[in-house]
Amino acid sequence: MKNVSFRLRSFVIALLCLSTIGCASVPKGFLKPSESYLENRQLQIRQYDTTDDKQIITAVAGVLQDLNFTLDDSETEVGFVAASKKADATSKGQVAGAVLLDILGALGGSYSNNTARCDKSQVIKASVITKPSLEGKKIVVRVTFQRIVWNMSNQINRIETIKDPVVYQKFYDALSKAIFLEAQKI
Amino acid sequence: MRKSIRYCAICTILFSIIILSGCATPAGKAFETNESQVKLRSMQTRAFDTTDKKKMMQTVISTMQDLDFVIDKADFMLGSVTGSKFLGQAVVAMTVIVRPRGEKQLLVRANAQYGIKSVEDPATYQDFFTSLEKAIFLTAQQVD
Repeated sequence: MKNVSFRLRSFVIALLCLSTIGCASVPKGFLKPSESYLENRQLQIRQYDTTDDKQIITAVAGVLQDLNFTLDDSETEVGFVAASKKADATSKGQVAGAVLLDILGALGGSYSNNTARCDKSQVIKASVITKPSLEGKKIVVRVTFQRIVWNMSNQINRIETIKDPVVYQKFYDALSKAIFLEAQKI
Repeated sequence: MRKSIRYCAICTILFSIIILSGCATPAGKAFETNESQVKLRSMQTRAFDTTDKKKMMQTVISTMQDLDFVIDKADFMLGSVTGSKFLGQAVVAMTVIVRPRGEKQLLVRANAQYGIKSVEDPATYQDFFTSLEKAIFLTAQQVD
């Protein structure tokens, strides 16, 4: 009898546990700066020795066009430009690996479709803010990139903020060039 | 023994009712909030002793960028800034609106969504305003 009541109790507890995890809840503390926010600033921010914010924001729009982005939204009053571009996301290594896995699976007598889960296309979103620096003698430019990657069956594979220094370096190299070109009226 | 089987059956039925009704939402539910309108406003709004709307908006933008948000939209006349950030597989979207309050103050109101859920936790908004305060060197005042 004792054993039965114990079983009953554990059954009820198990049910209660299941019911509480039914709906995912909102985590706390996601509006606190992360530990790496100073590093991110270094990655994303450059300063230019000018007070002409119009020149800089025009150059930014030009660079985004150079990089084949289309403008989505802008508010020049606060120095803001948002743009996005679609790009190919297939990687030969990933596809080859997936095909090999599928073949091995087929040889082993099981069905698998890893190829459908390979990256296919991506949308890259860029958002640029220009503003005067604190002392007002320079213009601060900050760019952030996000990307959404779809797989072969058109499902979203992953969403992420791009933290690769190479991407940011490329953008700022192009921007420096554009500022120079525009100063020369080319 | 028979009694306990019946007990189990009732538990299972109750459990399925909870599970099946827990997450179902008819269209009208989209306009419901858990908190009262007044309470929501007070947790999402702070006043600052400045009238420089442009600087405030730019500070809001840089604070959001420090918090890993990518700015999607901004409008100077409306004073609005909208951004999004990815947290694992969830998308956090946030809109901040800056508007004048009387002659000497600006009101800043933020509201955030985590996935399909509205954020109604005062501490989360407090975290944002703490960062904003530090960035603009002004005190965020609670509004009644």
